[in-house]
Amino acid sequence: MAALMLWFPFSPMATKFWLVTAVFILIFAIGALGLNVLTGYTGQVSLGHAFFIAVGAYTGAYLGGVGSRDITGLGLSAAIWIPAAGVIAALCGLIIGPTALRLRGLYLGIVTIGLVFIGQHIWVNAPRITGGPGGRTLPSITFGSFDLGQDQTIAGITFDSNALNYYLCLFILAAAMLFVWNLARTRMGRAMQAVRERELAANLMGINLARTKITAFVISSFLAGIAGALYGSQIHFAAPNPQTWDLILSIQFVAIIIVGGVGTVSGALLGSIFIGALPQILNNYAGSIPFGLIQTTAGGGGYISYGDAAAVVYGVLIIVFLIVEPRGLVGLAARARRLAARYRSTRGAPPSVPSQRPASAEEVVK
Amino acid sequence: MTEFLEFLFNGIALGGIYALIALGFTVIYRASSVINFAQGSFLLLGAYLVAWLHVDKGLPFAVSVLIAIAVTASVGALFQIGVLRRVTGQQVFTIVMITIGLNVVLTALVPAAISSIGQSGSDIGDPWGSSTLGIGGVTLTYVKVWTVITTLFVLLLFFLFDRYSRYGLAMRATASDEEAALAVGVPTRRVNALAWGIAGAVAVVGGFFLAGFPSRADPVLGLASLRAFPAIILGGLESPTGAVVGGMIIGVVEELTAGYQPNHASWLGTNFYIVAPYLVMILVLMVKPYGLFGQRPVERA
Repeated sequence: MAALMLWFPFSPMATKFWLVTAVFILIFAIGALGLNVLTGYTGQVSLGHAFFIAVGAYTGAYLGGVGSRDITGLGLSAAIWIPAAGVIAALCGLIIGPTALRLRGLYLGIVTIGLVFIGQHIWVNAPRITGGPGGRTLPSITFGSFDLGQDQTIAGITFDSNALNYYLCLFILAAAMLFVWNLARTRMGRAMQAVRERELAANLMGINLARTKITAFVISSFLAGIAGALYGSQIHFAAPNPQTWDLILSIQFVAIIIVGGVGTVSGALLGSIFIGALPQILNNYAGSIPFGLIQTTAGGGGYISYGDAAAVVYGVLIIVFLIVEPRGLVGLAARARRLAARYRSTRGAPPSVPSQRPASAEEVVK
Repeated sequence: MTEFLEFLFNGIALGGIYALIALGFTVIYRASSVINFAQGSFLLLGAYLVAWLHVDKGLPFAVSVLIAIAVTASVGALFQIGVLRRVTGQQVFTIVMITIGLNVVLTALVPAAISSIGQSGSDIGDPWGSSTLGIGGVTLTYVKVWTVITTLFVLLLFFLFDRYSRYGLAMRATASDEEAALAVGVPTRRVNALAWGIAGAVAVVGGFFLAGFPSRADPVLGLASLRAFPAIILGGLESPTGAVVGGMIIGVVEELTAGYQPNHASWLGTNFYIVAPYLVMILVLMVKPYGLFGQRPVERA
């Protein structure tokens, strides 16, 4: 899988369209990984992820962007503003985390929705930092004189700008995945999972609930902030439009981890691929959906447009998929592996092997 | 003073709508511990059906509303029977995601389908227009007067049903302990389907009046339902009484903020009224983490 992803920009599939889609998928996977730490591992439902994404994007814009008369911008290197976006978002997480000490389950989920709306209000009303209702631009990712917004030649190979962004995001995602993977096996990671399973029991075992939950919030919002900065730099814009940092974005992240597999590292990536690529595929091929209903003139003749048809198919696929495999893509993969293992054991090994094992065990006893 | 009364009345009208939307969420949460993210699309379906039946098909207004209620309630109940029953016992997450899936489907399908078979598009054709009623110097629009009357009527119906009917009792029994209810012979599957049906039905009334203010059915109507979230949390997720009280508080807070904040506290920024309900909600939750009427679950390690 890793090799496949490294090779992807050189594959014949990597047209500009798919390469750009892939970059967004990677960015979403970084953000989703953060949500998975909070929701998947620690069991704290959050619908406020879009807020932290926005914090990351605006931090990136503020530190990396070029200032104008009305908007402050420091024009720093991406080596500073990408990590800084994570740190600032993590600080916000540190401030907001303590609400989780008081609230449980869906109550917390809905309070974090409040975060999204309060955030929207701040973005509109702090124009020096956020550009106000009109938003502000973000620079392309630049390290010194090395600009990922342009095609670059390294060691004789010319890399497309999108491919460069792809590799950067892939690198950050890989680092994040490794981090979360290891985190799950540390003392803190085990504590998080204990809190998810049963908070009271975890507390009785001596786990510090406050520290565990707040740590989860901090890690989650750190990754969200990084994803936000990358996202903003890819769309070159950060604005509080209804479409950008709203609840839909939060829900999309929740969708990613549920479809991918809650509380798994690979689930965040698999879910992002599914949720990120599916609408693109559907939009591309909606023309060949065999219904007489669907016409190219969107709304013109009063027929269902491609976009709407794609959305319907997308929703139906999510429903059907979760009925068939409620554990998500990770569950599907596990099922496939089990099936493959059974296939191998019935074909590869002669049936006498199982009966030999007790015999050999007896020999050991002798 | 007249200004204040007008704001207050508008707040109560808006609060009534929020109460209806919140009631839909609450009934489903009580039955299945799931927040139904498709509630907004039920509103949408209701409003579009009324627009189509009343304006295009020329049916009397009340009949259109009743048909819309029947259709939306059936959609809710059928969804529970056809889809959610298959994932009983799965993680809450998975079920919530399925309702999000339904929301995606209906939000795309309903406006497109209705506008493809109808001519008028989304004009909801409300019978009151912008006519107003004056009581002692206070000017009220008829739409809002009817909003208050209808929502109070529907809420009263629901509470009578919940309190005194056989199925109301069954619903409360299922809510308090599904297994125990099943053991004493309550048809919990049917009760769950009924809860979804009721949620669909109240959504139509809420959706119609929410659309009735600007008098158009609009795809963003589904998003408007999210503004009822502070109401359900404020009241307590599983309490219908809480939904009504929470809805009223949120509605009044929103209208009063919209009325006074621009002139008296302009430093809070534009459109502060959208945020105000959430701030009230957060403040209340810091004191009472399960809302005003919610129950703190007994926990055993």
